[in-house]
Amino acid sequence: MTTDIWRSKVERYIDAELSDEDMRAMSEHLRECASCSSDALQQLQWKRAIRIAGQRYGPAAEFRRRINHQISPQTRLAWYWKPAFALAAVAVILVAGWFAYSTSQGRSQQLCSELVDIHVADLAASTPVEVVSSDRHTVKPWFQGKVPFTFDLPELENSPFTLAGGRLAYLNHEPGSELIYDVRRHHISVFIFRDTPELARSFSSKDVSRDVLKFYIESWSAHGLRYFVLGDANPTDIQQLAALLKQAGNG
Amino acid sequence: MSTAQTSADQFEQLAMPLFDSLYNFAHWLTGTREEAEELVQETYLKALKGFSGFEQGTNFRAWIFRILRNAFLTSRTGLKAMPTVPFDVADEETVTAAVSEETPESLLLRRASQDAIQAALEQLPVIFREVVLLCDVEDMSYEEISQTVGVPIGTVMSRLHRARRALRQLLQEKVHGSCQ
Repeated sequence: MTTDIWRSKVERYIDAELSDEDMRAMSEHLRECASCSSDALQQLQWKRAIRIAGQRYGPAAEFRRRINHQISPQTRLAWYWKPAFALAAVAVILVAGWFAYSTSQGRSQQLCSELVDIHVADLAASTPVEVVSSDRHTVKPWFQGKVPFTFDLPELENSPFTLAGGRLAYLNHEPGSELIYDVRRHHISVFIFRDTPELARSFSSKDVSRDVLKFYIESWSAHGLRYFVLGDANPTDIQQLAALLKQAGNG
Repeated sequence: MSTAQTSADQFEQLAMPLFDSLYNFAHWLTGTREEAEELVQETYLKALKGFSGFEQGTNFRAWIFRILRNAFLTSRTGLKAMPTVPFDVADEETVTAAVSEETPESLLLRRASQDAIQAALEQLPVIFREVVLLCDVEDMSYEEISQTVGVPIGTVMSRLHRARRALRQLLQEKVHGSCQ
Protein backbone atom coordinates (compact mmCIF):
# COMPACT_ATOMS: atom_id res chain seq x y z
CA MET A 1 0.00 0.00 0.00
CA THR A 2 1.43 3.37 -0.97
CA THR A 3 1.86 6.25 1.44
CA ASP A 4 -0.92 8.18 -0.31
CA ILE A 5 -3.37 5.37 0.31
CA TRP A 6 -2.36 5.24 3.97
CA ARG A 7 -2.70 9.01 4.22
CA SER A 8 -6.15 8.90 2.72
CA LYS A 9 -7.15 6.73 5.65
CA VAL A 10 -5.65 8.85 8.43
CA GLU A 11 -8.68 11.07 8.84
CA ARG A 12 -11.04 8.09 9.16
CA TYR A 13 -8.52 6.46 11.51
CA ILE A 14 -8.62 9.52 13.77
CA ASP A 15 -12.42 9.48 13.59
CA ALA A 16 -12.38 5.73 14.38
CA GLU A 17 -14.29 5.02 11.21
CA LEU A 18 -12.10 2.32 9.72
CA SER A 19 -13.00 -1.32 9.96
CA ASP A 20 -11.36 -3.26 12.78
CA GLU A 21 -8.97 -4.81 10.34
CA ASP A 22 -8.01 -1.46 8.82
CA MET A 23 -7.64 0.08 12.26
CA ARG A 24 -5.14 -2.59 13.24
CA ALA A 25 -3.29 -2.26 9.96
CA MET A 26 -3.13 1.51 10.29
CA SER A 27 -1.86 1.27 13.86
CA GLU A 28 0.96 -0.97 12.66
CA HIS A 29 1.72 1.38 9.77
CA LEU A 30 1.87 4.41 12.03
CA ARG A 31 4.52 2.70 14.16
CA GLU A 32 6.68 2.41 11.07
CA CYS A 33 5.85 5.56 9.06
CA ALA A 34 7.04 8.82 10.61
CA SER A 35 5.26 10.93 8.01
CA CYS A 36 1.84 9.32 8.49
CA SER A 37 2.42 9.22 12.22
CA SER A 38 3.08 12.98 12.26
CA ASP A 39 0.03 13.57 10.11
CA ALA A 40 -2.17 11.47 12.40
CA LEU A 41 -0.84 13.28 15.46
CA GLN A 42 -1.57 16.68 13.96
CA GLN A 43 -5.10 15.67 12.98
CA LEU A 44 -5.68 14.29 16.42
CA GLN A 45 -4.51 17.58 17.93
CA TRP A 46 -6.90 19.45 15.64
CA LYS A 47 -9.74 17.22 16.59
CA ARG A 48 -9.06 17.79 20.28
CA ALA A 49 -8.73 21.54 19.80
CA ILE A 50 -12.04 21.69 17.95
CA ARG A 51 -13.69 19.54 20.57
CA ILE A 52 -12.62 21.94 23.31
CA ALA A 53 -13.46 25.07 21.35
CA GLY A 54 -16.74 23.62 20.18
CA GLN A 55 -18.03 23.06 23.69
CA ARG A 56 -18.69 26.72 23.99
CA TYR A 57 -22.30 27.31 24.94
CA GLY A 58 -24.20 26.15 27.97
CA PRO A 59 -27.92 26.47 28.61
CA ALA A 60 -29.17 28.74 31.38
CA ALA A 61 -30.43 26.97 34.47
CA GLU A 62 -33.82 28.61 34.10
CA PHE A 63 -34.11 27.38 30.54
CA ARG A 64 -33.22 23.86 31.61
CA ARG A 65 -35.91 24.00 34.30
CA ARG A 66 -38.44 25.24 31.78
CA ILE A 67 -37.78 22.43 29.34
CA ASN A 68 -37.68 19.90 32.12
CA HIS A 69 -41.01 21.13 33.33
CA GLN A 70 -42.51 21.00 29.85
CA ILE A 71 -41.56 17.41 29.19
CA SER A 72 -41.83 16.11 32.74
CA PRO A 73 -44.21 13.15 32.85
CA GLN A 74 -45.74 14.53 36.04
CA THR A 75 -46.57 17.83 34.37
CA ARG A 76 -47.73 16.09 31.26
CA LEU A 77 -49.69 13.62 33.32
CA ALA A 78 -51.52 16.51 34.90
CA TRP A 79 -52.46 17.71 31.43
CA TYR A 80 -53.20 14.18 30.33
CA TRP A 81 -55.61 13.75 33.19
CA LYS A 82 -56.95 17.28 33.07
CA PRO A 83 -60.10 16.32 31.13
CA ALA A 84 -60.64 13.46 33.57
CA PHE A 85 -60.21 15.84 36.52
CA ALA A 86 -62.61 18.27 34.90
CA LEU A 87 -65.17 15.51 34.37
CA ALA A 88 -64.69 14.33 37.92
CA ALA A 89 -65.15 17.89 39.18
CA VAL A 90 -68.32 18.26 37.14
CA ALA A 91 -69.55 14.93 38.49
CA VAL A 92 -68.80 16.01 42.06
CA ILE A 93 -70.62 19.30 41.51
CA LEU A 94 -73.58 17.49 39.98
CA VAL A 95 -73.71 14.96 42.79
CA ALA A 96 -73.33 17.71 45.39
CA GLY A 97 -75.99 19.73 43.63
CA TRP A 98 -78.29 16.75 43.42
CA PHE A 99 -77.59 15.95 47.06
CA ALA A 100 -78.29 19.55 48.11
CA TYR A 101 -81.41 19.58 45.96
CA SER A 102 -82.64 16.26 47.24
CA THR A 103 -81.82 17.27 50.82
CA SER A 104 -83.65 20.52 50.33
CA GLN A 105 -86.57 18.72 48.72
CA GLY A 106 -86.64 16.21 51.53
CA ARG A 107 -86.46 18.91 54.16
CA SER A 108 -89.18 21.05 52.58
CA GLN A 109 -91.35 17.96 52.21
CA GLN A 110 -90.83 17.21 55.87
CA LEU A 111 -91.71 20.76 56.87
CA CYS A 112 -94.84 20.70 54.74
CA SER A 113 -95.83 17.43 56.37
CA GLU A 114 -95.32 18.99 59.79
CA LEU A 115 -97.51 21.93 58.81
CA VAL A 116 -100.20 19.57 57.55
CA ASP A 117 -100.01 17.75 60.87
CA ILE A 118 -100.41 21.02 62.75
CA HIS A 119 -103.29 22.01 60.49
CA VAL A 120 -105.09 18.69 61.02
CA ALA A 121 -104.35 18.59 64.73
CA ASP A 122 -105.58 22.13 65.24
CA LEU A 123 -108.79 21.50 63.37
CA ALA A 124 -109.35 18.37 65.42
CA ALA A 125 -108.76 20.26 68.66
CA SER A 126 -111.67 21.41 70.75
CA THR A 127 -110.49 24.99 70.25
CA PRO A 128 -109.02 25.23 66.77
CA VAL A 129 -108.17 28.90 67.27
CA GLU A 130 -106.95 30.88 70.24
CA VAL A 131 -108.32 34.13 69.01
CA VAL A 132 -111.76 33.82 67.54
CA SER A 133 -112.69 36.65 65.26
CA SER A 134 -113.50 37.34 61.68
CA ASP A 135 -112.09 40.81 62.03
CA ARG A 136 -108.55 41.05 60.86
CA HIS A 137 -108.08 44.12 63.07
CA THR A 138 -108.76 41.93 66.03
CA VAL A 139 -106.82 38.89 65.01
CA LYS A 140 -103.65 40.63 63.91
CA PRO A 141 -103.10 42.57 67.16
CA TRP A 142 -103.53 39.35 69.12
CA PHE A 143 -100.16 38.20 67.84
CA GLN A 144 -98.35 41.27 69.10
CA GLY A 145 -95.67 40.19 71.57
CA LYS A 146 -96.25 36.56 70.69
CA VAL A 147 -94.38 36.44 67.41
CA PRO A 148 -91.23 38.41 66.54
CA PHE A 149 -92.72 39.98 63.43
CA THR A 150 -95.86 41.58 62.10
CA PHE A 151 -97.86 41.08 58.95
CA ASP A 152 -100.79 42.39 57.00
CA LEU A 153 -104.00 40.52 56.40
CA PRO A 154 -106.22 41.02 53.36
CA GLU A 155 -109.59 42.59 53.15
CA LEU A 156 -111.96 39.70 52.43
CA GLU A 157 -115.00 41.53 51.22
CA ASN A 158 -116.20 40.26 47.86
CA SER A 159 -114.23 37.04 48.38
CA PRO A 160 -115.45 33.57 49.36
CA PHE A 161 -113.13 33.53 52.37
CA THR A 162 -113.94 34.13 55.98
CA LEU A 163 -111.41 34.64 58.72
CA ALA A 164 -112.12 32.24 61.57
CA GLY A 165 -109.37 33.30 63.94
CA GLY A 166 -105.78 32.60 64.76
CA ARG A 167 -103.37 30.78 67.05
CA LEU A 168 -99.70 30.37 67.68
CA ALA A 169 -97.80 27.71 65.83
CA TYR A 170 -94.25 26.47 66.09
CA LEU A 171 -92.00 25.28 63.32
CA ASN A 172 -88.34 24.51 63.86
CA HIS A 173 -88.72 25.87 67.39
CA GLU A 174 -89.70 29.22 65.88
CA PRO A 175 -93.00 30.82 66.85
CA GLY A 176 -95.29 31.79 64.02
CA SER A 177 -98.82 32.80 63.27
CA GLU A 178 -101.51 30.44 62.14
CA LEU A 179 -104.64 31.97 60.68
CA ILE A 180 -107.70 29.88 59.89
CA TYR A 181 -109.86 30.82 56.96
CA ASP A 182 -113.04 29.15 55.85
CA VAL A 183 -114.10 28.79 52.30
CA ARG A 184 -117.39 27.09 51.81
CA ARG A 185 -117.11 24.05 54.12
CA HIS A 186 -113.32 23.84 53.98
CA HIS A 187 -110.76 25.16 56.42
CA ILE A 188 -107.57 26.68 55.22
CA SER A 189 -104.57 27.38 57.44
CA VAL A 190 -102.26 30.25 56.73
CA PHE A 191 -98.91 29.94 58.50
CA ILE A 192 -96.53 32.86 58.71
CA PHE A 193 -92.98 32.40 60.02
CA ARG A 194 -89.76 34.34 59.88
CA ASP A 195 -87.91 33.20 56.78
CA THR A 196 -84.97 31.80 58.73
CA PRO A 197 -81.89 30.51 56.87
CA GLU A 198 -83.02 26.98 57.52
CA LEU A 199 -86.40 27.66 55.99
CA ALA A 200 -84.75 29.47 53.09
CA ARG A 201 -82.53 26.44 52.49
CA SER A 202 -85.46 24.08 52.67
CA PHE A 203 -87.48 26.12 50.20
CA SER A 204 -84.81 27.15 47.74
CA SER A 205 -87.32 28.64 45.34
CA LYS A 206 -89.35 31.61 46.39
CA ASP A 207 -92.72 30.17 45.44
CA VAL A 208 -93.60 26.56 46.07
CA SER A 209 -96.72 24.57 45.31
CA ARG A 210 -97.02 21.17 46.80
CA ASP A 211 -99.45 18.40 47.34
CA VAL A 212 -99.07 16.53 50.64
CA LEU A 213 -101.53 13.75 51.41
CA LYS A 214 -103.99 15.50 49.13
CA PHE A 215 -103.59 18.74 51.05
CA TYR A 216 -102.67 21.48 48.66
CA ILE A 217 -99.97 23.91 49.79
CA GLU A 218 -98.90 27.24 48.42
CA SER A 219 -95.79 28.82 49.89
CA TRP A 220 -93.83 31.95 49.21
CA SER A 221 -91.38 34.30 50.79
CA ALA A 222 -91.80 38.06 51.06
CA HIS A 223 -90.29 40.77 53.25
CA GLY A 224 -88.38 38.27 55.36
CA LEU A 225 -91.45 36.14 56.05
CA ARG A 226 -92.33 32.70 54.76
CA TYR A 227 -96.02 32.08 54.11
CA PHE A 228 -97.77 28.74 53.82
CA VAL A 229 -101.38 28.39 52.75
CA LEU A 230 -102.66 24.85 52.98
CA GLY A 231 -105.87 22.94 53.20
CA ASP A 232 -108.06 20.36 51.60
CA ALA A 233 -109.92 23.02 49.61
CA ASN A 234 -109.74 23.34 45.88
CA PRO A 235 -106.23 24.39 44.79
CA THR A 236 -107.83 27.34 43.01
CA ASP A 237 -109.27 28.56 46.30
CA ILE A 238 -105.92 28.20 47.99
CA GLN A 239 -104.19 30.03 45.17
CA GLN A 240 -106.80 32.78 45.36
CA LEU A 241 -106.33 33.22 49.11
CA ALA A 242 -102.59 33.18 48.58
CA ALA A 243 -102.96 35.92 46.01
CA LEU A 244 -104.98 38.02 48.45
CA LEU A 245 -102.38 37.55 51.15
CA LYS A 246 -99.56 38.46 48.78
CA GLN A 247 -101.43 41.53 47.74
CA ALA A 248 -101.95 42.55 51.36
CA GLY A 249 -98.33 41.85 52.18
CA ASN A 250 -97.10 44.01 49.34
CA GLY A 251 -99.51 46.79 50.12
CA MET B 1 -48.86 3.07 35.06
CA SER B 2 -50.40 4.24 31.82
CA THR B 3 -48.81 3.84 28.42
CA ALA B 4 -48.71 7.61 28.03
CA GLN B 5 -46.77 8.02 31.25
CA THR B 6 -44.37 5.22 30.38
CA SER B 7 -43.69 6.85 27.04
CA ALA B 8 -43.18 10.26 28.65
CA ASP B 9 -40.82 8.74 31.22
CA GLN B 10 -38.85 7.03 28.50
CA PHE B 11 -38.63 10.21 26.46
CA GLU B 12 -37.39 12.19 29.43
CA GLN B 13 -34.74 9.56 30.19
CA LEU B 14 -33.49 9.62 26.62
CA ALA B 15 -33.80 13.31 25.85
CA MET B 16 -32.65 15.17 28.94
CA PRO B 17 -29.06 13.80 28.95
CA LEU B 18 -28.70 15.37 25.50
CA PHE B 19 -29.91 18.76 26.63
CA ASP B 20 -26.49 20.42 26.92
CA SER B 21 -25.32 19.00 23.58
CA LEU B 22 -28.47 20.06 21.80
CA TYR B 23 -28.27 23.53 23.24
CA ASN B 24 -24.59 23.90 22.32
CA PHE B 25 -25.29 22.71 18.78
CA ALA B 26 -28.32 25.00 18.49
CA HIS B 27 -26.29 27.99 19.66
CA TRP B 28 -23.58 27.25 17.12
CA LEU B 29 -26.20 27.10 14.39
CA THR B 30 -28.24 30.14 15.34
CA GLY B 31 -25.60 32.37 16.89
CA THR B 32 -27.74 33.80 19.66
CA ARG B 33 -28.97 32.57 23.01
CA GLU B 34 -32.57 33.56 22.34
CA GLU B 35 -32.78 31.74 19.05
CA ALA B 36 -30.94 28.74 20.45
CA GLU B 37 -33.45 28.48 23.29
CA GLU B 38 -36.35 28.75 20.86
CA LEU B 39 -34.82 26.09 18.68
CA VAL B 40 -34.16 23.70 21.54
CA GLN B 41 -37.63 24.22 22.93
CA GLU B 42 -39.18 23.59 19.54
CA THR B 43 -37.01 20.50 19.18
CA TYR B 44 -38.09 19.03 22.50
CA LEU B 45 -41.75 19.69 21.87
CA LYS B 46 -41.61 18.24 18.38
CA ALA B 47 -39.63 15.25 19.55
CA LEU B 48 -42.02 14.59 22.42
CA LYS B 49 -44.98 14.87 20.10
CA GLY B 50 -43.42 12.55 17.58
CA PHE B 51 -41.88 10.15 20.06
CA SER B 52 -44.50 7.52 19.34
CA GLY B 53 -43.11 7.43 15.80
CA PHE B 54 -39.55 6.91 16.99
CA GLU B 55 -38.47 3.39 16.20
CA GLN B 56 -37.18 1.81 19.39
CA GLY B 57 -33.69 0.42 19.10
CA THR B 58 -32.63 2.98 16.50
CA ASN B 59 -30.40 5.94 17.23
CA PHE B 60 -32.25 8.40 19.43
CA ARG B 61 -29.40 10.92 19.45
CA ALA B 62 -29.31 11.12 15.65
CA TRP B 63 -33.10 11.28 15.61
CA ILE B 64 -33.41 14.25 17.97
CA PHE B 65 -30.43 16.08 16.46
CA ARG B 66 -32.08 15.67 13.08
CA ILE B 67 -35.28 17.20 14.45
CA LEU B 68 -33.27 20.14 15.75
CA ARG B 69 -31.45 20.56 12.45
CA ASN B 70 -34.66 20.41 10.44
CA ALA B 71 -36.27 22.93 12.75
CA PHE B 72 -33.26 25.18 12.27
CA LEU B 73 -33.45 24.87 8.48
CA THR B 74 -37.02 26.09 8.49
CA SER B 75 -36.26 28.97 10.85
CA ARG B 76 -35.54 32.47 9.59
CA THR B 77 -31.86 32.19 10.51
CA GLY B 78 -31.60 28.76 8.95
CA LEU B 79 -33.20 29.84 5.71
CA LYS B 80 -30.79 32.74 5.54
CA ALA B 81 -27.76 30.63 6.38
CA MET B 82 -28.22 27.72 4.03
CA PRO B 83 -28.28 29.48 0.64
CA THR B 84 -24.94 31.07 1.45
CA VAL B 85 -23.29 27.66 1.06
CA PRO B 86 -21.15 27.97 -2.05
CA PHE B 87 -21.57 24.45 -3.32
CA ASP B 88 -23.44 21.29 -2.65
CA VAL B 89 -22.45 17.80 -1.99
CA ALA B 90 -22.93 15.79 -5.13
CA ASP B 91 -19.93 17.11 -6.96
CA GLU B 92 -17.73 17.66 -3.98
CA GLU B 93 -14.27 16.35 -4.27
CA THR B 94 -13.70 12.95 -2.83
CA VAL B 95 -11.80 12.46 0.31
CA THR B 96 -8.20 12.92 -0.47
CA ALA B 97 -5.05 12.74 1.44
CA ALA B 98 -4.92 14.86 4.52
CA VAL B 99 -3.52 18.23 3.76
CA SER B 100 0.12 18.38 4.43
CA GLU B 101 0.80 21.73 2.88
CA GLU B 102 -0.69 23.48 5.90
CA THR B 103 2.35 22.97 7.97
CA PRO B 104 3.61 23.33 10.55
CA GLU B 105 0.23 22.42 12.06
CA SER B 106 1.47 21.97 15.55
CA LEU B 107 2.88 25.45 15.50
CA LEU B 108 -0.37 26.83 14.17
CA LEU B 109 -2.37 25.10 16.87
CA ARG B 110 -0.01 26.31 19.57
CA ARG B 111 -0.39 29.87 18.36
CA ALA B 112 -4.12 29.71 17.86
CA SER B 113 -6.14 30.58 20.88
CA GLN B 114 -9.44 28.94 21.67
CA ASP B 115 -11.17 32.19 20.72
CA ALA B 116 -9.52 32.05 17.30
CA ILE B 117 -10.71 28.50 16.72
CA GLN B 118 -14.20 29.48 17.78
CA ALA B 119 -14.13 32.48 15.48
CA ALA B 120 -13.00 30.26 12.62
CA LEU B 121 -15.79 27.80 13.37
CA GLU B 122 -18.28 30.65 13.28
CA GLN B 123 -17.04 31.62 9.87
CA LEU B 124 -17.60 28.19 8.40
CA PRO B 125 -20.74 27.80 6.32
CA VAL B 126 -23.43 25.99 8.26
CA ILE B 127 -23.25 22.70 6.31
CA PHE B 128 -19.55 22.41 7.17
CA ARG B 129 -19.81 23.76 10.68
CA GLU B 130 -22.48 21.23 11.58
CA VAL B 131 -20.55 18.15 10.47
CA VAL B 132 -17.43 19.27 12.32
CA LEU B 133 -19.41 19.91 15.47
CA LEU B 134 -21.30 16.63 15.21
CA CYS B 135 -18.11 14.66 14.58
CA ASP B 136 -15.55 16.36 16.82
CA VAL B 137 -17.69 17.82 19.59
CA GLU B 138 -20.56 15.34 19.72
CA ASP B 139 -18.40 12.36 18.81
CA MET B 140 -20.94 11.12 16.33
CA SER B 141 -20.01 8.41 13.88
CA TYR B 142 -20.24 9.11 10.16
CA GLU B 143 -23.34 6.95 10.13
CA GLU B 144 -24.98 9.05 12.85
CA ILE B 145 -24.03 12.26 11.10
CA SER B 146 -25.43 10.86 7.89
CA GLN B 147 -28.74 10.16 9.65
CA THR B 148 -28.77 13.55 11.32
CA VAL B 149 -27.92 15.61 8.31
CA GLY B 150 -29.73 13.37 5.86
CA VAL B 151 -26.91 12.86 3.37
CA PRO B 152 -24.92 9.77 2.38
CA ILE B 153 -21.86 8.79 4.39
CA GLY B 154 -19.59 9.67 1.50
CA THR B 155 -20.93 13.20 1.55
CA VAL B 156 -20.38 13.38 5.29
CA MET B 157 -16.74 12.38 4.81
CA SER B 158 -16.32 14.87 2.02
CA ARG B 159 -17.86 17.73 3.96
CA LEU B 160 -15.88 16.87 7.02
CA HIS B 161 -12.64 16.87 5.15
CA ARG B 162 -13.36 20.16 3.44
CA ALA B 163 -14.59 21.72 6.64
CA ARG B 164 -11.39 20.81 8.48
CA ARG B 165 -9.26 22.10 5.68
CA ALA B 166 -11.22 25.36 5.58
CA LEU B 167 -10.85 25.67 9.33
CA ARG B 168 -7.09 25.35 9.08
CA GLN B 169 -6.99 27.96 6.37
CA LEU B 170 -9.14 30.36 8.32
CA LEU B 171 -7.04 29.83 11.38
CA GLN B 172 -3.85 30.30 9.47
CA GLU B 173 -5.12 33.62 8.19
CA LYS B 174 -6.06 34.68 11.67
CA VAL B 175 -2.79 33.60 13.25
CA HIS B 176 -0.64 35.03 10.50
CA GLY B 177 -2.74 38.18 10.46
CA SER B 178 -2.27 38.68 14.17
CA CYS B 179 1.48 37.99 13.89
CA GLN B 180 2.02 40.62 11.22
